[in-house]
Amino acid sequence: MRIKEHPILGKLEKEPTVEIEVDGEVIRAIPGEPIAAALLAAGKNVFRYTRKLHEPRSVFCAIGRCTDCMMIVDGVPNVRTCVTPVRAGMKIQTQHGLGEFKERTQ
Amino acid sequence: MTLEKDGVLSPEELAKLPGIPSAERLERGAVAVIECAQKIPCNPCEEACPAGAIQVGEPITNLPVLDSDKCTGCGLCIPVCPGMAIFVVDMTYSDREATVQLPYEFLPLPRKGELVTALDREGKAVCSARVVNVRNPKKFDHTVVITIAVPKDQAMNVRNIALAWRR
Amino acid sequence: MKETELAIVGAGPAGLSAAIEAASAGVQVTLVDENRRPGGQLFKQIHKFFGSKEHYASVRGFDIGTKLLGEVEKRGVEVMLDSVVWGIFGTHVLGIIHDQKNTYLRAQKVLLATGAIENALAFPGWTLPGVMGAGAIQTLMNINRVLPGRKAIMIGSGNVGLIVSYQLLQAGAQVVAVVEAAPKIGGYGVHASKLRRNGVPILTSTTIKEAKGEERVERAILIELDQDWNEIPGTEKEYEVDVICLAVGLSPLSELAWMAGCQFEYIPELGGHVPIHDLNMQTTVPGIYVAGDLSGIEEASTAMEEGKLAGIAIAEALGYLSPGEAKIKKEAVSKRLDSFRTGPFGEAVRKAKARLQRRGEAK
Repeated sequence: MRIKEHPILGKLEKEPTVEIEVDGEVIRAIPGEPIAAALLAAGKNVFRYTRKLHEPRSVFCAIGRCTDCMMIVDGVPNVRTCVTPVRAGMKIQTQHGLGEFKERTQ
Repeated sequence: MTLEKDGVLSPEELAKLPGIPSAERLERGAVAVIECAQKIPCNPCEEACPAGAIQVGEPITNLPVLDSDKCTGCGLCIPVCPGMAIFVVDMTYSDREATVQLPYEFLPLPRKGELVTALDREGKAVCSARVVNVRNPKKFDHTVVITIAVPKDQAMNVRNIALAWRR
Repeated sequence: MKETELAIVGAGPAGLSAAIEAASAGVQVTLVDENRRPGGQLFKQIHKFFGSKEHYASVRGFDIGTKLLGEVEKRGVEVMLDSVVWGIFGTHVLGIIHDQKNTYLRAQKVLLATGAIENALAFPGWTLPGVMGAGAIQTLMNINRVLPGRKAIMIGSGNVGLIVSYQLLQAGAQVVAVVEAAPKIGGYGVHASKLRRNGVPILTSTTIKEAKGEERVERAILIELDQDWNEIPGTEKEYEVDVICLAVGLSPLSELAWMAGCQFEYIPELGGHVPIHDLNMQTTVPGIYVAGDLSGIEEASTAMEEGKLAGIAIAEALGYLSPGEAKIKKEAVSKRLDSFRTGPFGEAVRKAKARLQRRGEAK
């Protein structure tokens, strides 16, 4: 849920004008905001599932330290969504387990 | 009920505070009520008072002492207190009512003339109150000072109004 | 290799304040921060600070942050953002990654001002989405303007727990309770009073036993504690919540100080393992200084003063301030620090810091 009006911070002026794709669904994000913020605002609760027990995980520390919020972004796994800003056309996927890095080709 | 265990000042704890005016002074008109009970290094109330009615001195952990004869009840101390612990009570508002000026940092703001639910220090609804004034100048830096009219016997009890979803 | 006179790691209140002092004296300063914006935790502090006028009392944290940034910009300090200092070597070289490229920075003096991280509290269900640090939800609410839920419960009644609970109300969420394991409230009475008069219960001698939910938090189970901190069976109470905030303390982010070979001491009142430092904020490794939460968990106000102290001491060590000039400046800062570390809340930290700094002076 977005906090549009705040008694100290005032009105939220920025509009969600950036379109990103999350598990195939298009959602709107505010330019420059962290991926995690856009997802939470859109009501997405689960960001990834753990490797062994397939348990749901989401934001925990929100300052890029704990890695609980990792997702696959544009094919790259283990991206910390709480400190990575959105970009138009970004493709984000729920990560299952540890993720796979594609082989780098020279 | 104590501040340390419940977060609410008991009547006994309140009575001991040097920032609380006497019953006699309250009867004379608008006066500040400083519910500051712990030695925290802090003194913006002393700085803000134009009448020099609040004394903290050194060390700045001293509890603020109210010189209630100097106090005019202007309320400029209310928005500067970072602990939101200062109020202004005017027992002379009318025959049956007193006003309480309190700091408020929530949305939506009530409007003048609106009827709201008045809460005590424990957040319990104790009576209905009429909003007499809403002061929100830039210099208060988003700490709005709301004046409500309550029955006189609630003036030293009411310290908040219900949040919108509870109103 | 790029060179500078003073490299400051961390552009929070301590780092910014040190940069201002050192640059004012003429030192060439490079400020490095891993975040996209400087300010550390300052910009999410939307409440008015305590203290005296010199401590910026009654000014909101984010306004202080804006002031500090302006001062840093005025002095032509080089600021490297999105830059992670991953290592510290020799005397003194920093390894920095920026934009997926590695560079090295050689500095004559280094100030580590890397702050702290929230502690975690493990209980069954603590990994569920919706369980997060109190600082985390503060960042989401106040920086990102997002609420991850509507009904929160706060574990911990220190100042962080109390302040963030109040800010949850301001953001439009409900706080069903503040839970405190100790028999009394940890933070300032005024912070607690603000919550109580908004109907938020503060439950002392209580802890969280379990968080329940399928894909996210749906319920919190609390249990009461006896005077030996044991759970009292049969006192379980269930609350419907969709957010559980953990405000159970902070620990210094000290990796770089360990790597540099600084000696540490374990001091619970300061958050755990803290680098030993003297009254100039210099660690046991000559040329490496610390300030802010890294040097002991405290507040933004003390972080700013410690940053100033380090900045002045470094300027003196580099010859930009005479010992006489430095002494006067340092005394003014020490006076403000002492006046802040008084009273029942400040005493424990003041004593712990004094103990730590006595060890630092002895080395």
